[in-house]
Amino acid sequence: MSASSAGNSPPGEPILRLRGISKQFGAVSALTDIDLDIHAGEVVALVGDNGAGKSTLVKTLAGVHQPSAGTIEFMGEDVTLDTPAKALMLGIATVFQDLALCENLDVVGNLFLGQELAPWRLDEVAMEVRAWTLLNELSARIPSVREPVASLSGGQRQTVAIARSLLLDPKIIMLDEPTAALGVAQTAEVLNLIERVRDRGHGVILISHNMEDVRAVADRVVVLRLGRNNGVFTADSSNEELVAAITGATENAVSRRHARKHENTDLQDEA
Amino acid sequence: MKHDSSALDRADTRLRHDEGIAGMVRGFIDRVRSGDLGMLPVAIGLILIATVFTSLNPVFLAPNNLVNLLFDAAAVGFISLGVVCVLLLGQIDLSIGSMSGLASAIVGVLWVNLGIPLPVAVLGALASGAIVGLIYGTFLNRFGMPSFVSTLAGLLALLGLQLYILGPTGSINLPYSSPLVRFGQILVMPHWLAYLLAIVPGVVMVVLGLRTIRNRATAKLSNPGLGVLLFKAGVLTLALLVVVFYLNQGRGIPYMFGLFIAMVIVMNYAFTRTKWGRSMFAIGGNTEAARRAGINVNFIRLSAFMICSTMAALGGVLSAARLASSSQQAGTGDVNLNAIAAAVIGGTSLFGGRGSAWSALFGILVIQSISNGLTLLNLSSSLRYMITGAVLAIAVIVDSLARQSRASHGRA
Repeated sequence: MSASSAGNSPPGEPILRLRGISKQFGAVSALTDIDLDIHAGEVVALVGDNGAGKSTLVKTLAGVHQPSAGTIEFMGEDVTLDTPAKALMLGIATVFQDLALCENLDVVGNLFLGQELAPWRLDEVAMEVRAWTLLNELSARIPSVREPVASLSGGQRQTVAIARSLLLDPKIIMLDEPTAALGVAQTAEVLNLIERVRDRGHGVILISHNMEDVRAVADRVVVLRLGRNNGVFTADSSNEELVAAITGATENAVSRRHARKHENTDLQDEA
Repeated sequence: MKHDSSALDRADTRLRHDEGIAGMVRGFIDRVRSGDLGMLPVAIGLILIATVFTSLNPVFLAPNNLVNLLFDAAAVGFISLGVVCVLLLGQIDLSIGSMSGLASAIVGVLWVNLGIPLPVAVLGALASGAIVGLIYGTFLNRFGMPSFVSTLAGLLALLGLQLYILGPTGSINLPYSSPLVRFGQILVMPHWLAYLLAIVPGVVMVVLGLRTIRNRATAKLSNPGLGVLLFKAGVLTLALLVVVFYLNQGRGIPYMFGLFIAMVIVMNYAFTRTKWGRSMFAIGGNTEAARRAGINVNFIRLSAFMICSTMAALGGVLSAARLASSSQQAGTGDVNLNAIAAAVIGGTSLFGGRGSAWSALFGILVIQSISNGLTLLNLSSSLRYMITGAVLAIAVIVDSLARQSRASHGRA
């Protein structure tokens, strides 16, 4: 099943259209024939089990990996994303799972990494002001932007990484497990932020294992399984449907566990 | 400056606000405790060295001996400044000694033997350095060859090339009356110029500092305050004036050392105030993150290796000027390790991502003081090598321990 045939995509031309994307690492096919459309102003969740190829797909779109086959269409034009710089320039920003921050640089240095203002005479004041503005928009709790990132907690680093992706006002932002390291309040902030980014007309690709987060913000849920498309769902699809698509069977570890739990409660009820 | 919680960067109540001179001192102690040693090892080292050698031979602190020390320090200092570039990336260049020897041989052969004009010969030597750096960078970028290995191979290959072009005589004397040799041995600044240059840094610091304070105030950011700025500038100016006064009791400040300082300032600007410098630190800290941020890692690496080898070549040319000869011995022995040790002692990490241009200056002062003091004591080079080796080992241990401490204090 391809994303466009799902029927619940918003109308109009997608910003990003992937057709037949495959990626091989030696003998291993990490991605096979992936189709994906992202429209302006929608949040597409990318879900799948470990090893389903989510991160590989994100890295392909970020220009870190080059696909072995397939086409990427961005704003209606065929593009090759051969370097991360190219992807950034086009307007595809990424928050990587490992965050990709330089621990020896301070927060400002990390936010503006590769995009410094005034390359021959760095404008530290302007960069610091912009950094505070961005971080305040995200309600980030970072005590000082002049401390090296090494001194920040996991959640604070996550916020810095997200803030960085917004710096260039991208068309599409990809978040790889953005809430995995966050507390309750920060998770809510990130979800708010995702909605804010969407409402500004950007496309968002969200990778998450947390179905609650996915259902909270996603307009569509694209399931990958073993490197292939395995269905497109809406946010109101049932948990069973999603889990079945992710694991590839209606009979799976999750449903068995669920059934066992129910059996136990039924027995207790009878007793 | 009074505490101003309305500043954009002072809103968080968890942050301690180090303000004024007391705050500066407190911040410094904090940094040292967490393993951010800065120039502390250098200061301690210099005091220790001065005390020991002066008690053994009072000539050590005589103005003219210190002037000689500066002449020697400048030549190796350039090499050290170059190696800071590759160390920042977490790479290393072990062939800087051989490169400096090759450059001195090239100048000797082109200028004295072939009669090519001196500036052209010097440019030729520098160009050879740039080419060697280009080769190392390409090896790293294209073949993933660790710089440790490629430059080790270069160490031998360049030494061979040096011996080859020097030919069977093995030594070329450079004319004493030539501007190059005079620059390397005799030329010192007139006293008035030295005093003037001693005042300039403080003035520049105040002017730039005032502008920063104004800009930050306009942008509603906090600043350390006027008091701290004037205090720092005052101390700096006073220290420089004392040094100049003392050295002017002897021959004065060598132009060659002045050129070295100028180069350190230029490199410091490049490291701290340009996108290129920021990229260097980023690659040294996390190469993959830098790549994903869109930085052209290959280009930065190439540029770093080229600057390193070119600086080594320049150091070699100036060493030849200092000795008035290009010989087979040039660049051999302890030149290599002295230059690397100087950078590390000055606070540039061997692990990449930390360091400064100033580390080359202060580190080379320590190394050259040891070498100079040992020479004054008439100790053989065998002992000198052993002591320099031990100093390098200590410097690396300090670097390593400080790194662990920084990691545990969350300062990377």
